[in-house]
Amino acid sequence: MRSFFTHAPFRLYLGLLLLAVCIVVGGILPWLAPGDPLVWYSAPRNQNPSGAYWLGTTSLGQDVFWLLTYALRNSIILGLIVAGLSTVIGVFLGLAAGYAGGWLDRVLSFFMDALLCIPTLPILILMAALFGGQLALPIVGLLLVVFNWPYPARQVRAVALTMREREFINVAWFSGESSTRILIRHIFPYIAGWSAANFINTVLVGISTESALAVIGLSSAQQATLGTMIYWAINYQALLGGKYVWIGSPVVAIVLLFIGLFLVSSGLSMQSAAKRMSV
Amino acid sequence: MHLLRFIAGRLVVYALVIVFALTVLFFVPRLGPTDPVEAMLAKVASQGAYMDPAQVDKLRQSLIDTFGLGGSLWEQYGAFVNRIVFSADFGPSLSMYPTPVMELIWNALPWTFGLLLSSTLIAWILGNFVGLLSGWRPNSNSSRVMEGIAICLYPIPYYILALVLSILFSYVWKIFPLTTTIRGAPWSWELITSIVWNSFLPAMSIVIVVFGWWVISVKAQTSALKEEEFARYARLKGLSDGRILTAYILPNALLPQITFLALQIGLMFNGSLITEILFDYPGLGLLIYTAVLQGDFNLLMGTISLSVIAVATATMIIDLIYPLLDPRIRHR
Repeated sequence: MRSFFTHAPFRLYLGLLLLAVCIVVGGILPWLAPGDPLVWYSAPRNQNPSGAYWLGTTSLGQDVFWLLTYALRNSIILGLIVAGLSTVIGVFLGLAAGYAGGWLDRVLSFFMDALLCIPTLPILILMAALFGGQLALPIVGLLLVVFNWPYPARQVRAVALTMREREFINVAWFSGESSTRILIRHIFPYIAGWSAANFINTVLVGISTESALAVIGLSSAQQATLGTMIYWAINYQALLGGKYVWIGSPVVAIVLLFIGLFLVSSGLSMQSAAKRMSV
Repeated sequence: MHLLRFIAGRLVVYALVIVFALTVLFFVPRLGPTDPVEAMLAKVASQGAYMDPAQVDKLRQSLIDTFGLGGSLWEQYGAFVNRIVFSADFGPSLSMYPTPVMELIWNALPWTFGLLLSSTLIAWILGNFVGLLSGWRPNSNSSRVMEGIAICLYPIPYYILALVLSILFSYVWKIFPLTTTIRGAPWSWELITSIVWNSFLPAMSIVIVVFGWWVISVKAQTSALKEEEFARYARLKGLSDGRILTAYILPNALLPQITFLALQIGLMFNGSLITEILFDYPGLGLLIYTAVLQGDFNLLMGTISLSVIAVATATMIIDLIYPLLDPRIRHR
């Protein structure tokens, strides 16, 4: 009998359930918000959770519940864009490096190794400090893409390298299929499962790094993200005032979102590993 | 001979990586819309620090050098690399004028290294212990519960855990200090207990997350390794479970952990930066934060360059020793 937790489908379903909750809260609920929850004094200040204000209000008069839905939405969008671009660029350059070989491979591999060695957060902090104390979300996203494409690229390159030697690729080659067709029909299925898992993982890394920057007040103050919500709560003394719901709600949201993402990503990679074994 | 060539090859790559990192650092200040040097000088002047014109000129020169803004682009680049690599001099700190930046960094480094090293070590020992035991009986209830806990802990970012720990144990239950204050004469017992007491929560925030990953990976490895021929042979030989675990399975489970360490060092460093800021822990992270808040660009360039170089070096060292430890890799 297989362990409950190591059983891939169970992990995957639990993770998907958590993500579904986050996506409903962050993707659908913001449309129903009574107004922009970022606006100060749009609600009475310092309310405890009640029927009218589900998670209470901040000391700036913002409704915590609606603020949370906006924060979750912005964080998820940032994560998805970062992961999407990183995966596309990574898979493309990884395939190019592994398939072409030669000097192109050497140059690309060097950039992959070099970028993996450089810690992201210090660079982001440096840029934020030089750009007047805050970085706009698109710039944060762009930098995260620059530092995250090497992960999928390295993996895809390794797969592509072994693929070049495989019998069925040769057969396809000699039966006159074009390179693009070989890439799409024969190589892509091998990397699809792993890339999906990596995509989810990059969503997690993207949201996490932006939040880290935001928690110390260096990300954008124009948009609410989960990290900036925590920063505001700390900065306006939510803790000293004993307003644990205000600071607690973005923390709980991050934890649930990340556990969900991790379960889905590890569930996916377990499933694709099992598939490879059975082939 | 092959080994030497291998090491030489890695060192060349390492040097190139450092050059690449420095180039990135060199270009970042150039992307900004403002001239950081004049902004900096204006800030210093507005804080009311009186400096005679000669001092201002010296300051401007050191700023221009750290940002590498004097002369042609090539000269700028040369001066920048020279300042960081060969003289390791980032000029005076501007917020704590005229303390040299390097002195501040040297004072902060032991704290960051101590925090990272001790928490990694504790997490590694605990994680291997729990991982081995639960991998040995992967289907027992206790090992499933343990893995469930580990899976819930690992994805949580370090700083979120740091925040939760500080809310729980410093605000709700006032057990641990909220901010770090170290007391006691050098090398006294009081000093040591004060350091351990103040470092406990920051270290725990790193320990718990890393512990989670270690349990997950060691458990998976152990349950796979114990089915291998050599483990079965050891069992048939009549060796005790404890001996099979420590002498047969553990050494084989250790190798992949080194790769993990190489990939995680950057993330752990990022995490410790924020953890230090949240706990007012006097390490490199807090120094970077002070530099940002005070607009101390000399200190900022110094701390950031050093941390980038340190993390790149650590990653490369692990990358370098890994093939030396793995008996299956031949250096041809």
